[in-house]
Amino acid sequence: MYRQMVAIRLFEERVNDLYTRALMPGLAHLYIGEEAIACGICEILRKDDFITSTHRGHGHCLAKGASPDLMFAELLGKEAGYCKGKGGSMHIADPSTGNLGANAIVGGSAGIATGAAYAAKYLKTGQVAVCFFGEGALGQGLLYEELNLAQLWKLPVIFVCENNGYNEYTHFSESTAGDVPARAAAFGMETATIDGQNVREVFETASKLIERARNGEGPAFLQCITYRYHGHHVGDIARAYYRPKAEEQTWVTERDPITLHGEWLMKNKVADRAQLDAIQAELVTQMDAAMEWAIASPYPDPSRVTEDVYA
Amino acid sequence: MLNTGLDTATSVRELTFGDAIKEAIAQEMRRDSRVVLMGEDVAEAGTTFKVLTGLVDEFGKDRIIDTPISEAGFSGIGVGAAMAGMRPIIDIMFGDFLTIIMDQMVNQAAKIHYMSGGKWKVPMVFRLTMGATRRSAAQHSQSLHAWPSHIPGLKVIVPSTPYDAKGLFKAAVRDDNPCVIFEHKISYRKVKGPVPEDDYVIPLGVADVKREGKDLTIIATSSMVQTALAGAKLCEEIGIDVEVVDPRCMWPLDEKTLIESVKKTSRCIVMDEGYGRYGVSAELGRWSARARSTTSTRRSRASARCTCRFRSARRSKI
Repeated sequence: MYRQMVAIRLFEERVNDLYTRALMPGLAHLYIGEEAIACGICEILRKDDFITSTHRGHGHCLAKGASPDLMFAELLGKEAGYCKGKGGSMHIADPSTGNLGANAIVGGSAGIATGAAYAAKYLKTGQVAVCFFGEGALGQGLLYEELNLAQLWKLPVIFVCENNGYNEYTHFSESTAGDVPARAAAFGMETATIDGQNVREVFETASKLIERARNGEGPAFLQCITYRYHGHHVGDIARAYYRPKAEEQTWVTERDPITLHGEWLMKNKVADRAQLDAIQAELVTQMDAAMEWAIASPYPDPSRVTEDVYA
Repeated sequence: MLNTGLDTATSVRELTFGDAIKEAIAQEMRRDSRVVLMGEDVAEAGTTFKVLTGLVDEFGKDRIIDTPISEAGFSGIGVGAAMAGMRPIIDIMFGDFLTIIMDQMVNQAAKIHYMSGGKWKVPMVFRLTMGATRRSAAQHSQSLHAWPSHIPGLKVIVPSTPYDAKGLFKAAVRDDNPCVIFEHKISYRKVKGPVPEDDYVIPLGVADVKREGKDLTIIATSSMVQTALAGAKLCEEIGIDVEVVDPRCMWPLDEKTLIESVKKTSRCIVMDEGYGRYGVSAELGRWSARARSTTSTRRSRASARCTCRFRSARRSKI
């Protein structure tokens, strides 16, 4: 999990770099700061289990098994990308890792995840589906229709609310009434709220919820308290008007999921500093190579733009 | 070309439009266990229009699934289930509720194949109704088939006869794309016609010439096909030979058959029950204009407003 968190961090730092160098089209929403959630949960999942992701989805895709070189290629609109360059940053999808797709409509994938869980139950495949979404999706009505249906039909789906505190540029307290998990609990759903910066806590809690779901005991709602270090998207640089710099600094220095887990690994003698540094160095080499490969790889022929509209 | 395939069919019965659709769904569910149908009051109630009565007895409540009144919610489930290996039919009841499911249909179902570079498929059917003739007021009367027809990634089917309804519905269930079928509410019971018991499929995107003629082409959709055929009969009495062309699908659109017909007759009326502005009648009129190599081509279009006038005029004269 440590390795995967570092991989996501390094990937996202390079996305930031590509975007600011104007090499990347579209938009880029970085997952930096939230890595423990995707890593803690996807560590538990089978390769054929389903996930749905969000506009801030690179971390989910990588944690579910996506290859960084093909991810970079997709972000750059290259032919070799996961979606032949037609999805881009916000729509990476990959059937080979059960990734039903990142979704740029906030809350828009709640139905897809629930539907995949419905299919898993109907077809008796033993798969589960994990629906990742940000706390901004709490404002979407569709989510509550899906919570109701998932609980009503006891579907193997886990709703993972990554609460990073901000709906774009607005603090969630200004958009969200009442108690968040209580909303899901009102449907009779199993719920939990955890520290999203602690990858072991994410892993342990999600393990129980996923096992429950796989055993036919129904869905769950997991709220993970977290923080995005960067802006809503890469271009969101001057953020002082909606969140204080001191707050950002506190999370980065005191609540960083990679630092915290690294310290735990060393304290419990699972790894020493040299080993952690070696992991970092190895991944830096891998990520740089993946990025350079993607930059050098060709764009699709323009004539292919109208392909894949229909199956 | 009328009712192609009937000649060779072994057992042909007279069925209503609604019963033809029910037979299509039942046959597809027997053929493929991945086909399920979900919607509001579809099981014991057999839908609010009583079109599916009895299906739940054969297939059970696991495959004919009553849902909460959450059109967007169960449409989304349909999208995800389709991606995960099933072939769901999503029953939306009134076509007016299309507005509620637009994100799931337009941003999700229609886009997923393209956005994934062709890797994911969304084989599902949305059932909706259309037609203004029950006087159910503004929120239960619209014919919104133009809306999904605007969206790449969707196939849109507008059957007019029981024979077409069965064959096109079965094609939609077997198609690997999200298909949207608009069933005319009044046609469910009023329109009857010969339907083979056999398993047959009508390819999507093939228009049908419902009546051949040489003086005037009427391109008509859904219930307007019946109206056009009745009009053609009246015209026959005064010596005008009318050809009635039914596109059957809004997309894929068989523009070739439309153009060929208008080239032959040089005159064209388009009849459709949707709104006139930016609508189906305008689009069909646009294609018929491609027949302009025959310089005397004349076109006019009858949309919701004009159609009502036409109908009331007809009533007063007959």
